[in-house]
Amino acid sequence: MIWQALTLQLGYNATLVAIGATMLGIAAGVTGSFLFLRKRALVSDAVSHATLPGIGLAFIVMVALGGEGRFLPGLMLGAAVSSGLGLLVIGWMIRRTRLTEDAAIGAVLSVFFGAGIVILTVIQSMQAGRQAGLESVLLGSTAGMLRADALVIAAGGALVLLLVMLLRRPMLAVGFDPDFAAVTGTNVARIDLAMMGLVMAVTVLGITTVGLVLIVALLIIPAVTARLWTDNALRMVGLAGLAGGLAAFVGAAVSATAPALPTGPIIVLASFVLFVLSIALAPARGGVALLLRQMRFRRRVHRRQGLLALAAGQPIHEPFTLTLLAREGMARADGVPTEAGRIAAAKALLDEARWAALRGDPAQGLTASRYDGLTPIETVLTPDQIAELDRHLPRPQAVI
Amino acid sequence: MAHPLSTPRSLLQTEGTVAATPAPPPALQVGGLTVAYGEKPVVFSVDMSVAQGTMTAIVGPNGAGKSTLLKAVLGLVKPLSGEVRLFGLPLSRARDRVAYVPQRASVDWDFPARVIDVVLMGLHRELGLLRRVRPAHLDRARACLARVGMEDFATRQIGQLSGGQQQRVFLARALAQSADLYLLDEPFAGVDAATEKAIIAVLKDLRAEGRTIVAVHHDLSTIRAYFEHMFLINMRAIAAGPVAEVFTAANLQRAYGGRLGEAQVAGMQAGDATP
Repeated sequence: MIWQALTLQLGYNATLVAIGATMLGIAAGVTGSFLFLRKRALVSDAVSHATLPGIGLAFIVMVALGGEGRFLPGLMLGAAVSSGLGLLVIGWMIRRTRLTEDAAIGAVLSVFFGAGIVILTVIQSMQAGRQAGLESVLLGSTAGMLRADALVIAAGGALVLLLVMLLRRPMLAVGFDPDFAAVTGTNVARIDLAMMGLVMAVTVLGITTVGLVLIVALLIIPAVTARLWTDNALRMVGLAGLAGGLAAFVGAAVSATAPALPTGPIIVLASFVLFVLSIALAPARGGVALLLRQMRFRRRVHRRQGLLALAAGQPIHEPFTLTLLAREGMARADGVPTEAGRIAAAKALLDEARWAALRGDPAQGLTASRYDGLTPIETVLTPDQIAELDRHLPRPQAVI
Repeated sequence: MAHPLSTPRSLLQTEGTVAATPAPPPALQVGGLTVAYGEKPVVFSVDMSVAQGTMTAIVGPNGAGKSTLLKAVLGLVKPLSGEVRLFGLPLSRARDRVAYVPQRASVDWDFPARVIDVVLMGLHRELGLLRRVRPAHLDRARACLARVGMEDFATRQIGQLSGGQQQRVFLARALAQSADLYLLDEPFAGVDAATEKAIIAVLKDLRAEGRTIVAVHHDLSTIRAYFEHMFLINMRAIAAGPVAEVFTAANLQRAYGGRLGEAQVAGMQAGDATP
């Protein structure tokens, strides 16, 4: 059953829902990356919680007008209006009072959410319009999703993606260095507003799929996951889209097989699994990679120190260095250098002498500042430059 | 002797008249500029004029409003009053002619970007929203890196750079803006000696090309060697003009108050007489 769900064999409707959710996940991951790089991840929490009163009021209005209370575009409109209002209040509080952004976010988030819950309770007591199930906007449910709803979500997600691609350059520039971006003519306030608008759009699109309580996770976790894999911002954005899309797809598919499960938590758990795998395995910043890099660095330092000691004819007492040199065939277990060791030691000594000569030349200050005791000079200078340097080198003393 | 600061305001009066004067407008013209954070003025009624093709240090004690003055010129903080003109134009019409090197510590160096990506940000104005980065753009960015001795670091992650290397990347990014006026905020703060030498060499090159340099500078001992003009500020403008005239014990005393002994100033003046 779950396999059929994952391979889109549960019928047209379920497939459409899965595609809509995936589109939403990609849009959320991509948009969330820019928010994360702007260091405003928390704002998305306020945006999402502030949608609730709008959803409730939209429901009431639509019922009062004699319509279907759960008409999704109507609910989305209400959600957008009230979260937009929440953002305005946050902006006003930061500008007019001495509150910091996190305090303003906390206040707005809780007040709006509280008001929303009260409105939902009022709706529960109303005797109209299939109010049952409206609380699914909290945690998301794809169970009763209509075909049209899935299409709206997919189209909305695609539109968000298009806008993000259009604004990627200024949004990254503002995230790295807002002052410089402003100097180059970027309207920082407008870009921030556009970014918030995109976050709001993702939130509103996600209320039925992920639910407003957990949409923040779909905006942020994929971005954090992707950050572990790469040091390139645009690649990170792409990977975040991939992670978000994958998590949302899995969530929708699982939810199709077990309709009692709320979709949002499954999506969040799926993206959390991706995050945990990444933190362990990612080659750029993952734990295993970090450990390997540290070990490699430690070996480089010890090898260099050991070779310089061999060159100077000093005994090596440190066991790790000794084992390392022995294992690499540079020295015997008792510390006596082998032929290979002698050659490597002479090379290390020459390298040091060249660096010393380079650092003694005031005209070479910038290049010489790259000396760290480990970098071979060939990686910094061309063979010609080295030959030139060697001419000024004191005659090499006999090594050992 | 006429106070060196008494002239700039008159230039603002010429605004609106037909520009029949043969002299080029100053690269930077500030009139009556006041900036306050909350209700605390940081820069108070400052006039300043920087001629094209000169190199000026903005000097003053900590909290004297040096950086704020630069930021107000660039439109990054909103002044309470006053006017800023660049090459005789308001900032909005002179943006293409201004480059900025902010303080190194003002950004997050763990941002996922390579050195070349940061330099390319200097071309964003030219690239706009849609234009693709072409090999020609990359070549220009690399040439800017080469000018500051960072060409080998183009694909390096910015978080792996030393302080001096970061500063040189910032300068390369400003070079990519290919501007006529360079505004630098403490370009020598916390950098190694080799970087300091490299940066000043680039700045002097730019000046030789006829461009204008204005830098916030905090090291009194190098002013005479590096700059030809200086602008002393401590919330209010204290003195402005050629370093030889302004760098006096009396002026420094007025800017720094009791924090600077006469003997120290004399020592510095003597110290770099033989550079």
